Amino acid sequence: MGVRQIGARVQRVEDEHLIRGDGKYVDDIQLPGMAYAAFLRSSMAHAKIKITDISAAKGLPGVYAVLTYDTLPSSLVSKTQLETYPAPIIKQSVCPDLLASEEVAHVGQAIAMVVASSRHIAEDACELIQVDYTALSVAVDVVEAAKPEGPLAHSHLKDNIAASIETKFGDVEAAFSECDDTLKLKFKQHRGGCHAMECRGVLGDWQQQLGELTLYSSTQCPYLVRRMVSRQLDCPESSIRVIAPDVGGGFGPKAGYYPEEALIAIATKELRRPVKWTEDRREHFTATNQQRDQIWELEVGFKKTGEITAIKGHVTHDSGAFLNYGLLLSATTLMPLPGPYKIKNLHVTLNTVYTNTVSTSPVRGAGRPNAAYAMDRVIDAVARHLSIDPADMRHINLVKNEDFPYQPGSKHRNGSMMTYDSGDYTGMLAMVKEMADYDNFRQEQKQARANGKYLGIGLACFIEDTGMGPYEGVNVRVDVTGNVIASTGAASQGQGHATVIAQVIAEELDIEINKIRVESGDTGKFPHGIGAIGSRTGVNVGLSANDASSQVKKKALKLASILLDKNEDTLELSDGAVRVRSDSNQFITLADLALQLSPAVAGKLPDGFDSAGLEAVSYLSSDYMPHSSGANIAKVEVDIVTGGIKILDYYVVHDCGRILNPMIVDGQIIGGVVHGIGNAMFEQMVYDDAGNPMTTNYGDYLLPLASEMPEIHVAHIETPSPANPMGLKGAGEGGTIPAIGAMINAIEDALTPFDAYIAQYPVTPEYILELVDSEKIAAE
Amino acid sequence: MQEHEVQMHVNGKVVSGKVESRTHLGDFLRQSAGLTGTHLGCEHGVCGACTVIVDGDAVRSCLMLAVQADNCEVTTIEGIAEADGTLHPLQEAFRNNHALQCGFCTAGMITSLHAFLSENPNRSETEIREAISGNICRCTGYQGIVSAAMEAAEKLAKR
Repeated sequence: MGVRQIGARVQRVEDEHLIRGDGKYVDDIQLPGMAYAAFLRSSMAHAKIKITDISAAKGLPGVYAVLTYDTLPSSLVSKTQLETYPAPIIKQSVCPDLLASEEVAHVGQAIAMVVASSRHIAEDACELIQVDYTALSVAVDVVEAAKPEGPLAHSHLKDNIAASIETKFGDVEAAFSECDDTLKLKFKQHRGGCHAMECRGVLGDWQQQLGELTLYSSTQCPYLVRRMVSRQLDCPESSIRVIAPDVGGGFGPKAGYYPEEALIAIATKELRRPVKWTEDRREHFTATNQQRDQIWELEVGFKKTGEITAIKGHVTHDSGAFLNYGLLLSATTLMPLPGPYKIKNLHVTLNTVYTNTVSTSPVRGAGRPNAAYAMDRVIDAVARHLSIDPADMRHINLVKNEDFPYQPGSKHRNGSMMTYDSGDYTGMLAMVKEMADYDNFRQEQKQARANGKYLGIGLACFIEDTGMGPYEGVNVRVDVTGNVIASTGAASQGQGHATVIAQVIAEELDIEINKIRVESGDTGKFPHGIGAIGSRTGVNVGLSANDASSQVKKKALKLASILLDKNEDTLELSDGAVRVRSDSNQFITLADLALQLSPAVAGKLPDGFDSAGLEAVSYLSSDYMPHSSGANIAKVEVDIVTGGIKILDYYVVHDCGRILNPMIVDGQIIGGVVHGIGNAMFEQMVYDDAGNPMTTNYGDYLLPLASEMPEIHVAHIETPSPANPMGLKGAGEGGTIPAIGAMINAIEDALTPFDAYIAQYPVTPEYILELVDSEKIAAE
Repeated sequence: MQEHEVQMHVNGKVVSGKVESRTHLGDFLRQSAGLTGTHLGCEHGVCGACTVIVDGDAVRSCLMLAVQADNCEVTTIEGIAEADGTLHPLQEAFRNNHALQCGFCTAGMITSLHAFLSENPNRSETEIREAISGNICRCTGYQGIVSAAMEAAEKLAKR
């Protein structure tokens, strides 16, 4: 043994069962007597409703129950979804009724739930429910909705503003008065939805005799679901076990608490039989949170040298119909400003605005890709204005190595000063330029233009606050067979957490990876947890797994020292046993040590041992949030006749500190970049003026496909974070965050001869043609 | 609703059952045959997750009714490995190349590629990318999947 595990391309322990088709996702679970739920959802964006008849639905053979607002049990703490993240700054908080009572606020809002012997029958019955709709004013466009006289998204509100927040530091007015020049920029950002290949799903199994509820949910945050269902139904957390089995992707929207989770819990309790609901793809488009629109208006002050000295502006953020995920998306939009750039004076405000569209919550990166995009667009705009090369412009403004630890002046959500712990931003910029052969590309671009070919190159640099605490604990236990069971609160949706946890433990305990079983995503297996959000799991579980196994190792050495009657410093742990260094024939296996700590064997615990079992738990986390960072370059060719964009190549330099498994990190980065390319070029959730969603299948809503994606070249630098003992930083979202900016900057660069300014994304072929044509017309 | 008797060979075994006309093959395989390795991602025929092999062709099991598959030979992900459990080169290559993360699209990717490479394993990267352009993966960015397909194709060509 003695094989290095940390930093090695260890194959994933998750893969074997998945490639054989032996995965277990929520919809794969069949329980005896199980019933199936389906929802009647609003067909109008904003209306008063009255359910006039449910008798036909109730009378359909095979229907067990029809639930509406009026027939929900009175024992609920509230028939309205409880706030997941309440905050004093929220001026007007609106959450949906679990089933709509009098008013619906978006197409897809749940009105009634039918439980039946099959999904077919449940859906048939939904169609038999009679609902009268009386149309109300519809707020679709977020700019209109933000106006005081705009159409109201909820009839009981006085305006659509849920909350106003800001980020402010330095002396913005003084900086503007002292700068050489200013620019104003306005752009719209549109990020799409979740689109995990597995839709959401919930299966509830109430055991009346035990008074226990098991809730299987395809969630990123099982402990949040347990907490919210416990509060909503007023039953103790200890009576609820939430299990997230194999989960087919999360990407943010599965991190919330949804009405369906409470409703399935209610249904299984009422009917005393298991009830399963599997979201279909249309429901995913109309009932699962998305991210969607932000309108940015910025003014930038800068020196002739290219140094940006001040930014001020306003963001209008579309919250959708409800605020069921609090202000996390809004907060993560402002918090990362001004990114990796050293801009000392900044004031940006943000209004969170209700509209009659699907609610929003973070999608991969949350508001960070939006903030990164804003900064990289600012950099390119000023560079163009001053005729400075965009790469040089970045070099001028990037935080330099001697500045670390660097405090930009902004604050975290918890009120502490944002601190960039470490990195090499200018080094990464130089490295990615080298990889992409940046300087030669400019020559190539000139020649291509002479031949009527429009090549473009775009840069983006970013930072990401990762590894948020306060914890994601890991318990490490050696059992009497010498196998190790690691249990953790960290749920997984395909990231490979089990592999990474096993690597860390294998390294510390010097055992084979296949002797380690990782249990996660099950509130019955570990008491506390938060969830897979914000690129935090690797950092938290890495530290905890390392700390817990180190405690187990100490315990093993101490016990072996008693049993072998040797000094601890003469012993070592290797290959599953504690051995005497000078005589490898003298050893005691971990299995035997675990057996000795089973009180039934020895009758009492050995002296000096105050806890049973060869096990330890740790909730170690980073002292403060480690910041990952990176520099990206996209190369594109734009066809000005068809408006088509070909991505020629994509280059990434990423720094997530000490890397636990490079294969897994590269997988996260490449997948994340493609998600960002999807945002930049394809993904668009379209509503008509009446609030009808127009893109509710993958024929209309486009996702990136293999045929359009370029080769993505990934390189790393590793600047260990001083914020934690292992030097870790997060890696889950660092692919997505800069990708939109790099892509749009590249496309705009290709259209330099047309003096085009890209004011929105996704950039569709139609939009390219508009940019090219309008500029041509203006010139004529 | 009227029910129909259907019988098909699934992964070499006879599977039969009664289905409504509207039951699609995906639901039949998952619910009646208990083969939950086939996943339903969109039920619009676009995402490709539910792809199975019917009489040698890659077929979206959400777009084919169970009654249409009566008397057909069906291979699902559970039938891709050898009878003794040895992984198929595609499965091996998927693991080697980190071609899966959440695993939800994986069955459809492997069955699509299995049908494609069975016709002819000598394929270029561009052809492979085209072949899976009807299979959506949200996790990987496709790069690992393409590498896996290339690796498996090379092995299969030598068989």
